[in-house]
Amino acid sequence: MKEIGELVIPGDARYAEDHEWARLEGEDVRIGINDYAQDQLGDIVFVELPQVGDTFEKGEEFGTVESVKAVSELYMPLGGEIVAVNEDLEDAPELVNQEPYEGGWMILVKPSDQAEWDDLMTKNAYLDLLKGE
Amino acid sequence: MNKSLGATGLILNEPLLWERGKKGRCGFSMPERDVDSFPLDGDILGEGPDFPDLSEVEVIRHYTRLSQWNFGVDTGMYPLGSCTMKYNPKVNERHAALPGFASAHPLLPPVLSQGILELMFELEKYLAEITGMDAVTLQPAAGAHGELTGMLLIYAYHKKMGSLRSKIIVPDTAHGTNPASAALCGFRPVPVKSNEKGVLSPEAIREVMDEETAGIMITNPNTLGLFEENIREIAEIVHAKGGIVYGDGANMNAVMGIVDMGKIGFDIMHLNLHKTFSTPHGGGGPGSGPVCVKSHIEPFLPAPRVIEKKGKFFLSDEFPESIGKVHTFYGNFGVMVKAYSYIRTMGPSLKRASQLAVLNANYIKETLKGTYDLPYDRPCMHECVFSDRLQEPHKVTTLDIAKRLMDYGFHPPTIYFPLVVHGAIMIEPTETESKEDIDRFVEALKAIAKEAAENRELLLKAPHNCRVTRLDETTAARKPCLTG
Repeated sequence: MKEIGELVIPGDARYAEDHEWARLEGEDVRIGINDYAQDQLGDIVFVELPQVGDTFEKGEEFGTVESVKAVSELYMPLGGEIVAVNEDLEDAPELVNQEPYEGGWMILVKPSDQAEWDDLMTKNAYLDLLKGE
Repeated sequence: MNKSLGATGLILNEPLLWERGKKGRCGFSMPERDVDSFPLDGDILGEGPDFPDLSEVEVIRHYTRLSQWNFGVDTGMYPLGSCTMKYNPKVNERHAALPGFASAHPLLPPVLSQGILELMFELEKYLAEITGMDAVTLQPAAGAHGELTGMLLIYAYHKKMGSLRSKIIVPDTAHGTNPASAALCGFRPVPVKSNEKGVLSPEAIREVMDEETAGIMITNPNTLGLFEENIREIAEIVHAKGGIVYGDGANMNAVMGIVDMGKIGFDIMHLNLHKTFSTPHGGGGPGSGPVCVKSHIEPFLPAPRVIEKKGKFFLSDEFPESIGKVHTFYGNFGVMVKAYSYIRTMGPSLKRASQLAVLNANYIKETLKGTYDLPYDRPCMHECVFSDRLQEPHKVTTLDIAKRLMDYGFHPPTIYFPLVVHGAIMIEPTETESKEDIDRFVEALKAIAKEAAENRELLLKAPHNCRVTRLDETTAARKPCLTG
């Protein structure tokens, strides 16, 4: 298990309390789970993602991730419509462990409320949250 | 510490039966044919089944060797939390094997099955007495099946009351099957967090309970091994809004003869005969998950039900509001005989069994506290939950500790459950372990904690003494090989 100092938490993304990351791409937001989450979960063996066109509110469950330890829920860092899902994860769930911010992304969302983006934590705010845990 | 239980020994490899034997070999003598042979139409014949040709000794050695790869409660301590792996007394097997029980056909008419029907009738009465409920069905084949039956009963009850409800409250300390059973019945599970003491607070339930909610599924004692002390107030809140309280009784082993489940507010609950009532479980053997209900739910119980008329016993389908059958025939009867045998041989000592189960769990909790992190430091019921937090600085996890425990000759406890404890190690010793065995188990876990600090490699590669050492669980899950 990594120490907080060993975690990779990129400064160009925002973070949710449930350890998802979100990154602005034009109008859309790309979402995955961060280095802390993948490290805590251990080897990921299956990722269940929603369908393109599904809509969810902030905090709603959009899928599940199964590791050798347990099945955990994935929560929307912000509400919106799913415009793309990472189909590579079906055959290669290990991408979430290997490159959580790149090949291990999960969903691309068209946000329904831009204000929700502003509520997400910056890198430093998120690291403070982890230190408090 | 005395000599470790775990030792290496010669274990024999064994191929599949299809890789053994030789064409034409046969383990028994076929009786001579006493009718003329008659040719069959080739179209309806097809290829014969692919059975291996084996001698008796090959078959016996095959299964004996496989059995020696196994670890069961007859081999050693099996402290699997929330699974109550207590010893299964052999007298139960003897009773279940009596020819009158073992050879009975389920289509026998009542006149030829009075003893069987009477045993089922009495077992229902005993389970009602032990739980404080009014009526029982023995049909469900296991705990989760009992839960589903309970959900169907809740649906039937609300339908009768003319109120269709869509949600079921499920706390985070419930068994993992609870939300699944609710969802399978078409309800939406509403998760509720337990409080800092590891139990549910009435406020949390008051917040989510409404007229759309069909009821609550509550595991008591819960999966942290803690008694839900606010249960009566919670039940009142749920009842006040017209909801039903479903109790998951998988942890009943802690409270037999001590807690009246009817009086604390349960309307429906299931029991696991293969846990609390000492019948075997695991390994694909049949289980049994009877559902006990209060009188307002009784009309909906699965039919047929055993009824008594003038000292004779019958199966009756005359229950127009019944949800119908939930199992072929009447459930797993052999399991019922074993549970009946257990209850009759134990008698009033069932209460003592619960007391000792609780005492043993608290003894382990107190002796390992400090060696392992105890997130909820308060008196527990039948099980106690530790975490790997104190081993984290050594980069040793719960999985490594569990694997290493095998080298000491113990089955690992439940790990990574309940989810509310990070890196959970959930230990349920049950009442059937002696103090010497529990002390040996505690010593083993203390030795492992020491190894974690001094020689972590030993844990990372464990188990060392088992026939199969550390498995690649990740590849097994990502690329499962589903054939032999």
